[in-house]
Amino acid sequence: MISIPFNIGLDLFPMLAAVLAAASCGVLGNFLVLRRLSLMGDAISHSVLPGLVIAFLLTQARSPVVMFGGAALAGVATVVLVELVKKLGRVEPGAAMGVVFSLLFALGVLLIEQAAVRHVDLDADCVLHGQLETLAWYSAPATWGELVSWQTLDAVPRQVVVLAVTCALAIAFVVVLFKELRIAAFDPGLATAQGYSATLLHYLLMVFVAAATVAAFEAVGSILVIAMLICPAATARLLTDRLRTQVVLSVVLAVMSGVGGYIAASAVPAALGKDSVNAAGSIALVAGLLLVVAIVASPSHGLVTKMLRQRALSRRVALDDLIAALYRAAEVGTSDPTRQQPQPQPRPQPRPQPRPPTQTFRTPRGGGTPRRAARLAVRRGLVRQGDGGGLILTESGRELAAALVRRHRLWERYLVDRAGLPPDHVHETAELLEHLKPSPADGPTTDPHGRPIP
Amino acid sequence: MLFFAMAMAIAQQPGRDVHAPISITNVTDEWPGWAQVFETLTLRAGFNTTTVIVGTTLLGLAAGVIGVFALLRKRSLMTDALSHATLPGIGLAFLAATALGVDGRSLPVLLLGATVTGVLGVVCIQAILRLTRLGEDAAIGIVLSVFFGAGIVTLSYIQANAAAGAAGLNHFIYGQTAAMSVRDAALMGGIAAAAILATLLFLKEFSLVCFNDAFARVDGWPVSLIDLVMMALVVLVTVAGLQAVGLLLVVAMLIVPPVSARFWTERLWLLVVVAALIGALSGYLGSAVSALLPRKPAGSVIVLTSGVVFVISLVFAPTRGVVALSWRRLRMRFRIAGDHLVEAAFEQHGREGNGGTLTEAQLARLAKLRGWSAWFRVALRWMLRRQGDIERAGTTLRLTEHGRARGARVARNHALWEQYLVTYADIAPSHVDWSVDQVEHVLSEPLIAELERALRRRGVVIAAAIGGGNA
Repeated sequence: MISIPFNIGLDLFPMLAAVLAAASCGVLGNFLVLRRLSLMGDAISHSVLPGLVIAFLLTQARSPVVMFGGAALAGVATVVLVELVKKLGRVEPGAAMGVVFSLLFALGVLLIEQAAVRHVDLDADCVLHGQLETLAWYSAPATWGELVSWQTLDAVPRQVVVLAVTCALAIAFVVVLFKELRIAAFDPGLATAQGYSATLLHYLLMVFVAAATVAAFEAVGSILVIAMLICPAATARLLTDRLRTQVVLSVVLAVMSGVGGYIAASAVPAALGKDSVNAAGSIALVAGLLLVVAIVASPSHGLVTKMLRQRALSRRVALDDLIAALYRAAEVGTSDPTRQQPQPQPRPQPRPQPRPPTQTFRTPRGGGTPRRAARLAVRRGLVRQGDGGGLILTESGRELAAALVRRHRLWERYLVDRAGLPPDHVHETAELLEHLKPSPADGPTTDPHGRPIP
Repeated sequence: MLFFAMAMAIAQQPGRDVHAPISITNVTDEWPGWAQVFETLTLRAGFNTTTVIVGTTLLGLAAGVIGVFALLRKRSLMTDALSHATLPGIGLAFLAATALGVDGRSLPVLLLGATVTGVLGVVCIQAILRLTRLGEDAAIGIVLSVFFGAGIVTLSYIQANAAAGAAGLNHFIYGQTAAMSVRDAALMGGIAAAAILATLLFLKEFSLVCFNDAFARVDGWPVSLIDLVMMALVVLVTVAGLQAVGLLLVVAMLIVPPVSARFWTERLWLLVVVAALIGALSGYLGSAVSALLPRKPAGSVIVLTSGVVFVISLVFAPTRGVVALSWRRLRMRFRIAGDHLVEAAFEQHGREGNGGTLTEAQLARLAKLRGWSAWFRVALRWMLRRQGDIERAGTTLRLTEHGRARGARVARNHALWEQYLVTYADIAPSHVDWSVDQVEHVLSEPLIAELERALRRRGVVIAAAIGGGNA
């Protein structure tokens, strides 16, 4: 059993900072992921570095406003520069982004080395994984009860305040401009046509991303920023099809990663008798794990669901094919249906098992074999064993099969009459389409091959 | 020259007085003397410096060559994820080696670990792309950040818990060029040789897959295998560059030189050569600057050097540079506008037989129709006069003999193309004029001859000069 050590003085503010950073990045990340701009977040979080350092060198002050300004400018400059390189140089977008952010990052590293001579607290390593541990509260009260007092407010570190404000602003931005952001995310052209400039929104979003990045930067480092911009939003995207739900879920997931990762950073090594590991990295890792869980087990888009759905579909198709084959055999009357083997061979030429219409997955073996289909059909009362071991359609089975064959032949009719396909080309297509449910009540009475439509 | 521009740009600090009061902007650098600069650049500044310079030059060369194919396959940012994903491998390799009683800091072991997780990262990207509905950008970002987070966790675990000898692992993040040994330089040489050899052997296959992989597949080439070879070379260069420039910046060595080279040429083999040269030059100059000046980490200086080359290429390259491109566009615009003006004057000549004169009012109307600004009009008239197409006649403009010939040519092209569209492309006569307006300027001589032949077959004959009596 992993015990969870939580010490108000050591853990309260770092964890708060991590959670706030995660939430503000997570909520903005939704629109980056939707607009396929995830890597813009990556680029911005790299190139914010020179902005910070230059602002710092110019003013020689660490006032949050100046740092914010510098970083936000750098963020917007990144976006503009990427556009510029793309347009002027006719460079592929990915490469343009790579050029811009790696050059700016190199500049930032160089400037940091220059500045670090005089200022120890600018450190290239902190840029990556932040300084959560410096947020410890040394004169913290020992119990939760004593936390409710005015002194607590005084003790809140600057980074946490900045993060809280940023988080509130980011959430407010998304809530207030939700409709506009949604249109712009799915159809920038429509947004512009309706009078919300998609470009303006894009830049506004980038400003907010830059602001969230810089606020989170100092406390949790750039790696966590990238992870939080992308992972929770991507995870939420796999869990739902509604944007509103996705945004809420992404914030929840970000907070979960923040809390879980922070606790895991000390709890898991402690359980193994080791010292704790870097919390920012651990939070990124937890966000990654949540994503893996979503990829595998998401109720709507997970691998397991897809596999089950695929299996159900292939079983249904096999069942349909079986009873349709029995129906056709009875109709033609060439062979006694009671002698029909479980493997149906209704046509002169053997036909391949129809492939399920979606190709994302290999057809699960076993789910669609005729023998299994036969067993299933017997269980459902569509078919009963004949005297000679063959299969005979029951009354309900006949009804179902008639409807199926009707759909098949209607489709063939349609494909020949309306879509202009030659009659000997339509069977395969109809074989796929017959499994779609609805069929009209009336219509033609014979198929293109002259057989009656039941 | 580049080197000095760089050095000035990055090292310029106000107040270079050694005894100045302490201030953050006052970081004083000792400037190396000329002799020292010369010595470093000619590889005579001591064994270590020479090793580093040779090693980074070779690395730059290899990265330039391989980067071209990564760029053409649109994999620039995948290499970024790949390089970030090497970090956990370094930490895990150290832990595994220490647990097995091997020296955890031996470079081959660490690089092996880096390769394994780097490749795993790329595989994860492919898996996310195949299994989910997330885009490539998200997949790259996820792998990059989660793997790097795992790396940070591993390194901090080692730092906090491993007994000794763990220091130095995080040098792989920002690189530690100064630690390069002769063996490392030889490794760079080997990788550069492998990259060049592979490119020489497989240039045709690589270019085929880069430009049209579907065709390559249909043509029977093992596309996945060729792709794998290219990707393996990228992994090789990335891992080799970890120590020199660090995993955060090695991606720049793979991206920036090829992108810069792209501005200079349209031919693939030249692209490879130019990218290799730019990469090698950046490695060479960057590590030299880093050796000469204090507190200039080689990785970022190398990358910034290639950045300078990139900006120069973007602006000045003759093939696709911004200046050359705008100049060509401007000349084209003037040629087309000149055609339009001459054509208008020539039509005037056909109507009134006045030798092709345009009054100010007519010219103003034409300018309004074509959207010419006042400045553009002035420049255009100046240019046409200089070319001897028009002359001033009182307050009006008149075509010269030369100008009338040009007008006849333009009018004829216009008529030919118009006829072609009406006859062959079944466009209503009332609709052809505007589209013809765009095309008439770019008809080449052989095309005109062919048009004439085709139209003659149909029995359509265009007079030598429409409406122009004696032109």
